[in-house]
This record gives sequence, structure tokens and C-alpha cells, in this order.
Amino acid sequence: MGAESALRTRFEGGLNAPICLTWELTYACNLSCAHCLSASGRADPNELSTSEALALIDEIAAMQIFYVNVGGGEPMLREDFFDILEHAVQRHVGVKFSTNGTRLGPAAARRLAQSDYVDVQVSLDGIDAATNDALRGRGSYARARRAMDNLAEAGFGAFKISVVVTRENVGQLDAYEALAEHYGAELRLTRLRPSGRGVAVWDALRPTMAQNRDLYRWLLERPQVLTGDSFFHLSALGEPLEGLNLCGAGRVVCLIDPVGDVYACPFVIHERFRAGNVRAAGFGAVWAHSELFQELRAPGSPGACSACGSFDACRGGCMAAKFFTGLELDEPDPECVHGHGETALVARATRPPAPSPDHSRRVRIALSARR
Amino acid sequence: MAGSPSLDEARAWRLSSRVSLRDEPFGALAYHHDTRRLVFLKSRDLVSLVRRLEEFASATDALGELIEEPQRARYRRALFDLATAGVIDGC
Repeated sequence: MGAESALRTRFEGGLNAPICLTWELTYACNLSCAHCLSASGRADPNELSTSEALALIDEIAAMQIFYVNVGGGEPMLREDFFDILEHAVQRHVGVKFSTNGTRLGPAAARRLAQSDYVDVQVSLDGIDAATNDALRGRGSYARARRAMDNLAEAGFGAFKISVVVTRENVGQLDAYEALAEHYGAELRLTRLRPSGRGVAVWDALRPTMAQNRDLYRWLLERPQVLTGDSFFHLSALGEPLEGLNLCGAGRVVCLIDPVGDVYACPFVIHERFRAGNVRAAGFGAVWAHSELFQELRAPGSPGACSACGSFDACRGGCMAAKFFTGLELDEPDPECVHGHGETALVARATRPPAPSPDHSRRVRIALSARR
Repeated sequence: MAGSPSLDEARAWRLSSRVSLRDEPFGALAYHHDTRRLVFLKSRDLVSLVRRLEEFASATDALGELIEEPQRARYRRALFDLATAGVIDGC
């Protein structure tokens, strides 16, 4: 463990380039999922142009960032989606992209299947239409399943079924495993965070403490299930889960949003965590020199968690989950497995911050619709 | 995956042509373009050993020349792991 914890300390001090870079291509989305962490819906008029996007890929390649996680919004809604994808592949930058599957018809599936450098993650937040569509909108289950059928038929190989774990679907994990096996797919589970529109549904949909304990055991038995290091707060229950088990925000992880703003991680699209913009001096300059990232890489204090014997296991948990529930960053994770988060939530002094920016489509008559 | 999951020390080895190395403060990040797996090289000495492996007629020679005796067993194990992950190939 000595070498591992020394390595973790080095990671916390920051790297020459991120290990895990997420790039949201557009805020446009044809769904309006209740828990959308980027509060997507409408494209932003200021999104990167095709030539800016291609130049960004060149810089990513030059920085030896070996792959990029592409998301949105719905990335396939960009008309130049395949141009961006193919440029990345030419530059040997692997692309893992997340999609709701609505634009993944047979032709697109065949095109994706031609490239070795492309991974596809299709989101499915319930094993049946009732569970999924309650979160992701009516008809979205059938469309995601059709996309999976198309990928399978095109011989894509092992795509990923991506699941945000909620109170409603956590009991379906065995069935998810069977579905993944049916497609020859991999299963990827991530944590529900109170980011974006998720802030409104987080409290009602987050797994209960008992469910989180079951989830931990389920994951421990299945190291092949992908989690993107999502559940490191659960490592405080005992043996650590697969992964680095630290908050990588601004240290090993970051996000580039559709307008080129750089945030510390995909779950903190908020001005407090905006490090800069790629249009000014390029992404590399933001990564290396932004004040925010310097601050995040400086040795921090464990704060309220310093007295807890599990601090070394969970490192205080997820920064985004704390921020968007109104907790201080040195307080426990709101879903602390020892219940310290619940106590902090009861005692919190500040109101949770509102998501900003918000690109949700305005479906109701909005009286304060000026921006 | 290239290479057998053992390290024949008497052979010459080299960094796989399918692997990119990125220097980092802790050592380096290795990315295998076929398996798409990331591997951490957890010290600078290991990075220079891996980069210079192909200059030597055998892994034994490389370890003898580049790594101090008390550390050799540890680096031999590290090379074994890198061979298993396909980061280094037998020449």
C-alpha cells in the first residue's frame, strides 16, 4: 500500500496532462433527462466551430492525451460529429463517446464499427421502459435498445451500456449484467450526482445507505464492471474498489465544455470551477497554469474528515457532490458511508448553488427567461 | 496481446511499437493502442530502463547496467508486469 499511496499523492499534485479528459461537444440534446449533469437542451450559440474543434484535437494529440471522453448534450446532433471523430482517430486520439442512441441508426452503427479507436456508451437508466423513461423521457428506452441492436448487427463489438445508478434501478443490476451479456457488451455504472438538473432530483433518486452498501459488495465481486472511478466514496466500507480512489478534479481529470470553457471535472459545470477557456491560449495553458487548478493541486486539509479512520480510503469523497448540496469542500461527502454526510446536510448553513450555465430547454412559460 | 506472460530475461526486450509513453512527475503513463489500457510506470528509473531496454542484448544486461543491485528484484518484477501487459515486447 505504501507505493500506491505515494503514487496517489503524486496524482493529487497534478500531471503534465489529464488522464481522463471529457469533452462535451454540444449543449444541444433531443432528450431532457431529469438528472442531466450538464443541464443540456439548447445548443449554445458560442459553441466551438468545426475548425476550432479539429485544432483542439491536434492539441490533445500533441499533449499525448491518449483518448478523450466525448459527451454533451447529445454529441451525434452535431453535424460535424463524424468529421471530429475521424480527425481524432487520424491523430491516434481514441474516442469514447456517450450517446442516448437516438441518432444511432444502422448506417451510423456501421460507420462506427469501422474504427478500432472508437468506444460507444449507450445510456440506459432503467432495465425496462418504465424505469428508464421516468428519468429519460417517453420512448427513450426503445430508442436506446434499437441503437444497441444496430451496434450489435453492425458487428461493432463490445460497446458499453452506461447506467447512472439510482434508487429505482439499483435493484436491477443483475438484469443489467444479463443484458450486457446478451449483447456481448460491457456494463458501466456511474454515480448520480447533484450536478446540472440532477440537483432537483438527487435527494429523491440517490441510492439509500443500505443500497449503497449492496452496490459496494456487488462491485467488489465484479472488478470487470466499469465505473470510471465513480464510487470511490464507497471504498470507505472496506477493501478499496478498482480505480485510483481519489477526487481527480483538476489533477487527473477535467472537462472542456461546448464553448471551450475548461472546468475541473464533468460534474462541476459552474463558474466557481471554471479554470479558463481553450480559445484564449489553448487547453495546455489552462491545464498547466490556471489558478483554480493550482489551488486544487495544493495539499489540502482533510477538514471535518481528519478524525475519521476511513479518510485514507475515500479522501473525503466527491467535490461536486459536496458543492451542489451546499456543503463546504472540506466537509464529508453527502453520501458518506458512515453517515457523516447526512449530519452535515442537516447542519449546512448555505443553500445549494443553482446550476450555471443552464441550457435546459424551456418547456414551460418562463417568466424569468432572460439571460 | 503481444508477448508471452513471462519474462525471458536472457532475451532482448523493447518498448512495444503499439505503446505510447508520456512522461509524468511520478514516472510515465503508458498507453497500449491495441488493448487501450493505461499502465503506470511508477518511477523515473523504470521509465529510463524501459526506454533503453532495446540497447541491450538481454533484460539481464539492462538490469545489471541501469539498476543498482538492491533494487534489481523489484525492477525485474516491474518488467514482468509490463511484459504481461504487452507494454514491452521480446525482440
